[in-house]
Amino acid sequence: MSDQDVDKCKRGFLVAATGVVGGVVAGAAAVPFVGSMLPSERAKAAGAPVEADISKLAPGEMKIIEWRGKPVWIVNRTKEMLAGITKNNSKVSDPKSDVPLQPDYAKNEFRSIKPEIAVLEGVCSHLGCSPQFKSADAKSDMGMDWDGGFFCPCHGSKFDFAGRVFAGSPAPVNLKVPPYKFVGDGKIIIGDDSKGA
Amino acid sequence: MAAKNKQPVVITCAGPLNGVASGLLTWVDQRFPLMSNWRDHLAEYYAPKNFNFWYFFGSLAMFVLVLQIVTGIFLTMHYKPDASQAFASVEYIMRDVWGGWFIRYMHSTGASAFFICVYLHMLRGLMYGSYRKPRELIWIFGMLIYLCLMAEAFFGYLLPWGQMSYWGAQVIVNLFASVPFIGEDLSILIRGDYVVSDATLNRFFAFHVIAVPLVLIGLVAAHILALHEVGSNNPDGVEIKDKKDAAGHPLDGIPFHPYYTVKDTLGVVVFLIIFSIIMFFVPEGGGYFLEYNNFIPADPLKTPPHIAPVWYFTPFYSILRAAPPMFNSQFPGVVAMGVATLIFFLLPWLDRSPVNSIRYKGPLFRGAITIFVVVFLILGYLGTEPTNVWGQFGGWLGNADRATVVARVCTIVYFLFFLLMPWYSSIDKCKPVPERVTC
Amino acid sequence: MLNPSIFRVLRAATLAVALISVAHANEGMRLQTASVNAHDLVSLQNGAKLFVNYCLNCHAASYMRYNRLSDLGLNEQQIRDNLIFTGVKVGELMKVAMDGKDAKEWFGVPPPDLTVITRSRSSGAGSGTDWVYTYLKSFYRDDQRPTGWNNLLFENVGMPHVLWQLSGQQQLAVQEFKSEHDAHAALIAAKSAARLDAEVSMNGGKEERRYKLRTLQPGAGTLAPIEYDKQVTDLVNYMGYMAEPMRLERRQVGTYVLLLLGVLFVFAYALKKAFWKDVH
Repeated sequence: MSDQDVDKCKRGFLVAATGVVGGVVAGAAAVPFVGSMLPSERAKAAGAPVEADISKLAPGEMKIIEWRGKPVWIVNRTKEMLAGITKNNSKVSDPKSDVPLQPDYAKNEFRSIKPEIAVLEGVCSHLGCSPQFKSADAKSDMGMDWDGGFFCPCHGSKFDFAGRVFAGSPAPVNLKVPPYKFVGDGKIIIGDDSKGA
Repeated sequence: MAAKNKQPVVITCAGPLNGVASGLLTWVDQRFPLMSNWRDHLAEYYAPKNFNFWYFFGSLAMFVLVLQIVTGIFLTMHYKPDASQAFASVEYIMRDVWGGWFIRYMHSTGASAFFICVYLHMLRGLMYGSYRKPRELIWIFGMLIYLCLMAEAFFGYLLPWGQMSYWGAQVIVNLFASVPFIGEDLSILIRGDYVVSDATLNRFFAFHVIAVPLVLIGLVAAHILALHEVGSNNPDGVEIKDKKDAAGHPLDGIPFHPYYTVKDTLGVVVFLIIFSIIMFFVPEGGGYFLEYNNFIPADPLKTPPHIAPVWYFTPFYSILRAAPPMFNSQFPGVVAMGVATLIFFLLPWLDRSPVNSIRYKGPLFRGAITIFVVVFLILGYLGTEPTNVWGQFGGWLGNADRATVVARVCTIVYFLFFLLMPWYSSIDKCKPVPERVTC
Repeated sequence: MLNPSIFRVLRAATLAVALISVAHANEGMRLQTASVNAHDLVSLQNGAKLFVNYCLNCHAASYMRYNRLSDLGLNEQQIRDNLIFTGVKVGELMKVAMDGKDAKEWFGVPPPDLTVITRSRSSGAGSGTDWVYTYLKSFYRDDQRPTGWNNLLFENVGMPHVLWQLSGQQQLAVQEFKSEHDAHAALIAAKSAARLDAEVSMNGGKEERRYKLRTLQPGAGTLAPIEYDKQVTDLVNYMGYMAEPMRLERRQVGTYVLLLLGVLFVFAYALKKAFWKDVH
């Protein structure tokens, strides 16, 4: 090999080495920039679990609370509403909640910890509108076989009182169930399902 | 140096990838002057081979510009240009935004770094006569960049909405109020209010993040295009284009790429090391880069006992304070300050020396530059301190502040450097200039 | 290739400027040095406790989140149990319950937010923690003041001495000197916080200078003076942390960045050398 070839090799190596280390430096410098776009401590604090008092929630009533900027519905379901859910098993697209949109402890027929208390994220699984509460009395505009549930005004998706989507709706899947737990008497915490204190 | 050695080493590696790459290159090149620009500005832009230490600061200033733009974009994602939220939003960036302190310190350190690079870049031009024919336009574009940079720094300094931000802006805007006849209306127009307020903050934000940066980038492009049109000067101040080899390349020139790209890369790395030491270990820069009083939220009812602008404005601030008020007006000081910045524009026509570089200029010019640098530094220092920093004279000098008298003398010397230049540069005993560059 | 004469001039100029600025020393009151240790978690935790107990009633620290105190080695439960008295959530900011208007009526000025106070109190005379440390040791009884308290460092301050039970009530002692030398000797010998001011008076057309030294006589508090100093040190240590909670992190990150840049420097230097072999 001539001197010039040696030089070429050396230069090629150094160009590559400087490029690689320079790339590492640039990559490392990019970390805080990308990281700065993640939710900040303030956003996290705003997204912290929220506590709701449901001791005064009468049967058949719904309460809407805000968690991470989204509406969360808490419905105290009556026996009739629960019966309506069972009746709908054949009409909803995912009766057994196979799509994982709920914590494991809510993967049951009523999609809840206690059958009567429903906790659902009120955000339509279609394009994110917030559906409306329609009781079983709304048969005049929802059809004679309506047993009560939720109706999305944006594109007409229908859900039952367990947040399961009726087959044929634009929405593809059920409504989400957020993590939650009961604490003490009539208190519920949304966004935290950790055991212990 | 043999001509063939000057060609950059091309690493050829045949392969299918190469074929695709060169195919793509041809496709682009038929539609966009990619290769010709690459040749004109990098691969076949011949720069003098004898650039020294002082020649790093141009590329470094450009690097800092990029740094400021990138960090600035990310800061705007979190900053709130609202008088009731601005201060808190800066602390929010420092604490609650992941990596926010990194970006903010980079931006605040970058502001000072920008001025350090630009001042040294200008001193380089001054020493080696880079403003002289045929490079007058490069110098003028450069001066416009410098003015833009001052505007950019001034607008940006209000944004943290601390006490220094607020009262600094108050004082500077009030300078405009001293302009005869229209001053009062002018200052109200600038503020959009009768005092510095939310309206002022909001418009300064607009100027800082979009208006001035756009102009700045345009001027930088013009500065470089003008440079590449006439070619770079060098520490010897001899024209390398005068002596060419058979291929028509300057004998003392080397292609910018790869020689100066690798050299400037090294410069950027060294710069980053120094920059990191400041940014990570002393981000306040001893109170010069981040002023301590600016950690107090702006309070329109309480002026801090001592207001000093950030260090890069202090030489001019000193000149402002040094000029005595006349007819109950600060206007003479404002004029002095304005002229002190603008007089740099005239440099290409003030210098009547037969030679470019300080290496071959005579003792008069060398002495003048040295005195000018010292005076500039003294003015800069005095601008950061209250006028009673050195106490008062006693006796026949009355009770004048020593610092004010020194600042006045320095101001006069500052202007004499420029005003006497046509005289001392033409009678100076210059040394013979070599035919070719020395190493 | 460098122009050595220019460098010599620059060096001489910076040296001259540095010397001049040293000569301009701070008059009046010297700050006492708070021997804080930013790595001492026990001290920081104690400081946090003192801060929420004594300061947070009137002052806010409204850029600081309670859960950030996990930096000090506390978990959320400990923060909730020991440091939050206002019943807010652990992710909330350290706001203050007191109404700003009431505060202004009581103290003349609304108590400033303390989050970044130590950064703002830094100066050539000492760090911000030194300032707050000296301030908290300079309170004395003064019945002329509405609060009954005055302060040597911050004269006619609106704030009462909230730590007085710990420190006891210090009393002002004034000495006058005719000679500057004696006054300085007494200042240096003073065991407490001390302030020296020169007063010029005209006596029959002749200028007369008098030096007034103000020192503080200790009072009996629940803590011995040395113990009180320790508590104040912990408090200002915490306040220094709170002003810039990422301080230790930034130094650590900086060290890694410098190491990485060091490696890059080696390659970039070799690269430049390799290419510039061509240039003669």
